[in-house]
Amino acid sequence: MEKLLEEFSIGLFFWHSLIFLSLIFLLKKFAWKPILDTINEREEGIKDALESAEKAREEMQSLQADNEEIMKQARIERDSILKEARDLKNTIISESKDEAKKEAGKIIQSANEAIRNEKNAAVSEIKKQVAGLSIEIAEKLLNEKLSDNEKQMKIVDELLKDVKLK
Amino acid sequence: MNFAKFFLSALLILSANLCAYSIEKDPEQKGGIKEEIKEYIAHHLKDSHSFGIASYTKENGEKVYIEIPLPVILYDNGFKFFMSSEFKHGKKVVTSNENYYRMYYDKNRIYKTDSEGTFIYDDSNKLLNEKPIDFSITKNVVVMIFTALFMLWLFISLARSYKTNKGISKGMGRFFEPIVLYVRDEIARPNIGKNYKKYMSFLLTIFFFVLFLNLLGLTPIGINVTGNIAITFSLALLTFIITNITANKNYWAHIFWMPGVPKPIRLILAPIELLGVFIKPLTLMIRLYANMQGGHIVIMSIIGLMFIFYNWIGSSLSFVLAFLLMIIELFVALLQAYIFTILSALYFGFANEEHEH
Repeated sequence: MEKLLEEFSIGLFFWHSLIFLSLIFLLKKFAWKPILDTINEREEGIKDALESAEKAREEMQSLQADNEEIMKQARIERDSILKEARDLKNTIISESKDEAKKEAGKIIQSANEAIRNEKNAAVSEIKKQVAGLSIEIAEKLLNEKLSDNEKQMKIVDELLKDVKLK
Repeated sequence: MNFAKFFLSALLILSANLCAYSIEKDPEQKGGIKEEIKEYIAHHLKDSHSFGIASYTKENGEKVYIEIPLPVILYDNGFKFFMSSEFKHGKKVVTSNENYYRMYYDKNRIYKTDSEGTFIYDDSNKLLNEKPIDFSITKNVVVMIFTALFMLWLFISLARSYKTNKGISKGMGRFFEPIVLYVRDEIARPNIGKNYKKYMSFLLTIFFFVLFLNLLGLTPIGINVTGNIAITFSLALLTFIITNITANKNYWAHIFWMPGVPKPIRLILAPIELLGVFIKPLTLMIRLYANMQGGHIVIMSIIGLMFIFYNWIGSSLSFVLAFLLMIIELFVALLQAYIFTILSALYFGFANEEHEH
């Protein structure tokens, strides 16, 4: 103990305390605080990253489920659209068929009418000609009658032979 | 481990035998060397007023010292400054403001004397000369300043490297970052608990400071800072002050009025616990001091044995022994730094404990 006390140097104690305390102070300010802060930040960062990765994984899973749902709906929609289109096509075709039929009917009808008109016109023409001929025959007959009865009859026959319905 | 112990003890016994043998052979000559080695070790263990590198004796018996002189600062009714080289290793008296100072070289102490530089002894061979208060920048102070600057450079550059390298350490810091983490996760957190943050600066600084000084003590420049009682006293005193300043009510209650025991026993426990408050840091102080001091003495003695043996077998055995001891000392240097830090943390933990009774 006496040896220890003899060895003890106040000067060394003073310098050591001074150096050590200022070292603690300086290191605390310029080294330990930034170092420990950075390490803490890094640890927090790693924790956060792990958490967000987990979250992302979950999100991915839900997203995948969503995707499947959307795909399914899209498929249904596609099918319905296709069906609609097919229906539309059928209706268009049948409608146009009807239309064509109607048109054709109309054309036939008007053609029939024209034919009838032509026929009527032709018949009335014939009638006119027949009337003219009749008048001519009557005229010639009248002229012949005046000469001979027998001859008159002959003439009428001959004339009638000539007359043909056109 | 058992094998290593056996091997070491075998070597020790063997070398002791050889030692006895060689001393018998030529007792007078070896005795002289032994004294010299003893003095050399004793001188090395002490602080010094100059940074010695080597010394040798010329053929005419004159001793030559190769060393860097350091400034001497004395307080003796005002401060006095001069260089340590003026003492000429205790041979010359230094005059400053009509006061005379002489160095007692073996003790490495400066005494106030008369103009002739006479030392006055009493009957029991004790020096009676007055001692001025010595604030000299001694070798240990220089080494401490160097260590402090080294630590500042090392850890500030580590802190900087985080900024420049996106939070990842670079260079030398790579090696020290895990140690910082170890101090936090294995020393501070488990021993102190949730309040560990306010003690981190102290624990980290003391760990690295003691570690570097211990390691420097193993270099051949011959530094013995942590094996000096003034240093360990200052370190332990800081632990003591911090423990008691930051202590909570619970801590004091456990010292003066131990809860959960009968009242008469509380009265007996109080002085014991109070004594414990002082003994804890005292053990810190003695443990570090004794370990470092002891390590230095053992290593230097074994190295000294080489010169005592002065033969092929003994000297080479001493060399092997010194080499193995050096490896153990390397481990001790780390261990003592660790123990000082973990015990400090433990005491801080006591001061911060929250009890649920």
